Amino acid sequence: MPSTTISSYDEMLDAEGNVRPAYAGYREWYQAQSPKWLEKQGKNAEDVFRRTGITFNVYGEDAGQERLIPFDMIPRIITADEWKKLSRGIDQRVRALNAFLHDLYHKREIVKAGKLPERLLAQNEAFLPEMVGFTPPGGVYTHIVGIDLVRTGPDDFMVLEDNARTPSGVSYMLENRETMMAMFPDLFTKVQVQPVSDYPRALARSLAACAPPAAQGSDRPVLAVLTPGIFNSAYYEHAFLADQMGAELVEAADLRVVDGRVCMRTTRGWRAIDVLYRRVDDNFLDPLTYNPDSMLGVAGIMDVYRSGGITIANAPGTGIADDKAIYSFMPEIVEFYTGEKPILKNVPTWRCSEADALAYVLDHLSELVVKEVHGSGGYGMLIGPTSSKGEIAAFEKKLRANPDNYIAQPTLSLSTVPIFTKAGLAPRHVDLRPFVLVSPHGINITPGGLTRVALKKGSLVVNSSQGGGTKDSWVLAE
Amino acid sequence: MLGRSAWGIFWMARYLERAENTARLLDAGFRMALTRGNTVASDEWRSVLVTLGMDDGYTGDMSGPAITNWLLRGAGNDGSVLSMMEAARTNARMVRTAITREVWEVTNESWMQLQSLLAKPVKEADLGHVLDVIRRQATSVRGAMEGTMLRNDIFNFARIGTHLERADNTARILDVKYHVLLPSAAWVGSRLDNAQWEMVLRSVAGERAFRWLHAGALDPKGIAQFLILDGRFPRSLTYCLRKLTSNMEWLCRDYHQETAAYRMQKEASDKLGKTTITDIFEHGLHEFITEFLATNRLVADAIAADYRFTE
Repeated sequence: MPSTTISSYDEMLDAEGNVRPAYAGYREWYQAQSPKWLEKQGKNAEDVFRRTGITFNVYGEDAGQERLIPFDMIPRIITADEWKKLSRGIDQRVRALNAFLHDLYHKREIVKAGKLPERLLAQNEAFLPEMVGFTPPGGVYTHIVGIDLVRTGPDDFMVLEDNARTPSGVSYMLENRETMMAMFPDLFTKVQVQPVSDYPRALARSLAACAPPAAQGSDRPVLAVLTPGIFNSAYYEHAFLADQMGAELVEAADLRVVDGRVCMRTTRGWRAIDVLYRRVDDNFLDPLTYNPDSMLGVAGIMDVYRSGGITIANAPGTGIADDKAIYSFMPEIVEFYTGEKPILKNVPTWRCSEADALAYVLDHLSELVVKEVHGSGGYGMLIGPTSSKGEIAAFEKKLRANPDNYIAQPTLSLSTVPIFTKAGLAPRHVDLRPFVLVSPHGINITPGGLTRVALKKGSLVVNSSQGGGTKDSWVLAE
Repeated sequence: MLGRSAWGIFWMARYLERAENTARLLDAGFRMALTRGNTVASDEWRSVLVTLGMDDGYTGDMSGPAITNWLLRGAGNDGSVLSMMEAARTNARMVRTAITREVWEVTNESWMQLQSLLAKPVKEADLGHVLDVIRRQATSVRGAMEGTMLRNDIFNFARIGTHLERADNTARILDVKYHVLLPSAAWVGSRLDNAQWEMVLRSVAGERAFRWLHAGALDPKGIAQFLILDGRFPRSLTYCLRKLTSNMEWLCRDYHQETAAYRMQKEASDKLGKTTITDIFEHGLHEFITEFLATNRLVADAIAADYRFTE
């Protein structure tokens, strides 16, 4: 892929090559280390990941193969002040997402107020009619959210995507930190970093606080993590979270509806589950309601859910809130439900379903990023500036045939953070996914998150399925 | 715990034990081949296949290198040490939340190490080393389980898998060698005979213990008694059955429920306790072992049903 020519904001060094405050302490430490030793530590880290089995499975050609997500040892660092502002913005956005979901499935005030076209809901597969008029236990829709942020300048963080279904990657946030602390213990005595290790306990607490009516009165609701199984790409994470929370890791074959509750088959008999943290998509959740061929779900779980027998996290139907077509309305949505101006910016977005926007997009394909409305993982998208004329022409055909299926955004000059290479530090583009927990008691944001980094020089695609790696993400202590 | 997890940990333990036992059998066969002529050696290799119940699927020649490579890493051989370590590791991954991080890591590492060690055919000169690594791996996993796992139902299901598999293995070795163990005037005292007995003892890591207990004398009845009835030897049938019974008893107490599997197991264990080696030889060693293996299988099936391993 040819490299971009856009100049980007580097998070470590300013234009004159001076170190920025966030990285001052780290760089001092770094410069005192021998490059040879660092290189050796990097190799050791990879061995640790392999031994621990921190892998993701690849679908397609190498089906069944387990791979490592490359880990880069240079941390991504955010100051306490930057984080405070970010957290306020995230908190606001997540509150709005939950209020929006509740409204969509109840009175639809936002549609009545003319702020959101009804057709976006009517034609949307992510909208689940079964959820209309139903309020999930504790009023929480998105128990776990991953907000994808990109940075383009000192104060410019923008939301690229709201992952409100089943965001993944939190195990990397935790393991990357563990690995860094094991590799460079002295570094953490020199630079004070806010800990992330409380996440699994916070998740368990947060889920337990959303116990369904059927579990009222029990002081320890039964939690379980539902995984599609050991061949799923994120299986390691499912097992990791279950283990860390002390919850059972269940598969569809372990579950059945017994006496109005969703139960798991234990060595002692059927045992009811109160809160199910499912890592299975909506349409596989209940073969009676959705995809009848699903082997990953539980027949009848939606009935149990609606009668108060179980909490499903995240709630079914939350996908409507992170749909790319809805995304472009997020500024209005935030304002409508919080009464405040949005703290975090959206990336400007052209909706190709609108004739004017489509005309503009067709004229500027070589400058824009065009995405499928329902796509994910960096697939099915066009990055104009780095695509050949042939690629653009081929994409144009697809776009003209089905404009409703696409949105377009300017090619952002994502900020860069250095990675470690044999030739020294080299800047690479990054994004950030902080993890947010929602319970009736409030919103909990772990300081840090998952930094994904495009390891190829100039590349803007950070997805692990396409050559991206990860970094430990630090929020400095105050 | 989940029935599926109990099933997974039970099989993880069985595969690990079976991989180790296969390595021990190979080691004994290898030793035999080094000290005996070719004809004897190829009979010996054949008996290794028979003991493992893998003589039907084997189409290669009866040479040491061919058979050891088939049993260690044969392509398409589900019973190879490599396949079993992979199966053990897959089960460990499936029950990742039921085992400690140390148990998982040592299992995963063993599999990774074995994969690279067995990436190419093993040369005769390297066989000793490879077998040694496999035995050490088994010891490490056992050590991690012993040292880090909570003594709960999960641990007991693992132990049940280990003892069932081990009892099975010792019984099979005896069965294949029963013709040498049957007292026969013509064979007693011949050099071949002694080598065969050594082989039996080596393959269950019992040669030293036996020598120590019997002051160096090798006699068929003594060996059979040692392997079947000596409750001090950790690979004897009596030892395995006693352990199995106590693991199952633990589950019954913990679950407040006496199971059909336990009653069946208790009966078999009590019966073995009252049996003498003379009874066994009068009844016929082969018949005794056939019945023993059948009971073991029934117990395993009953455990799977009692504890809802599958639906």
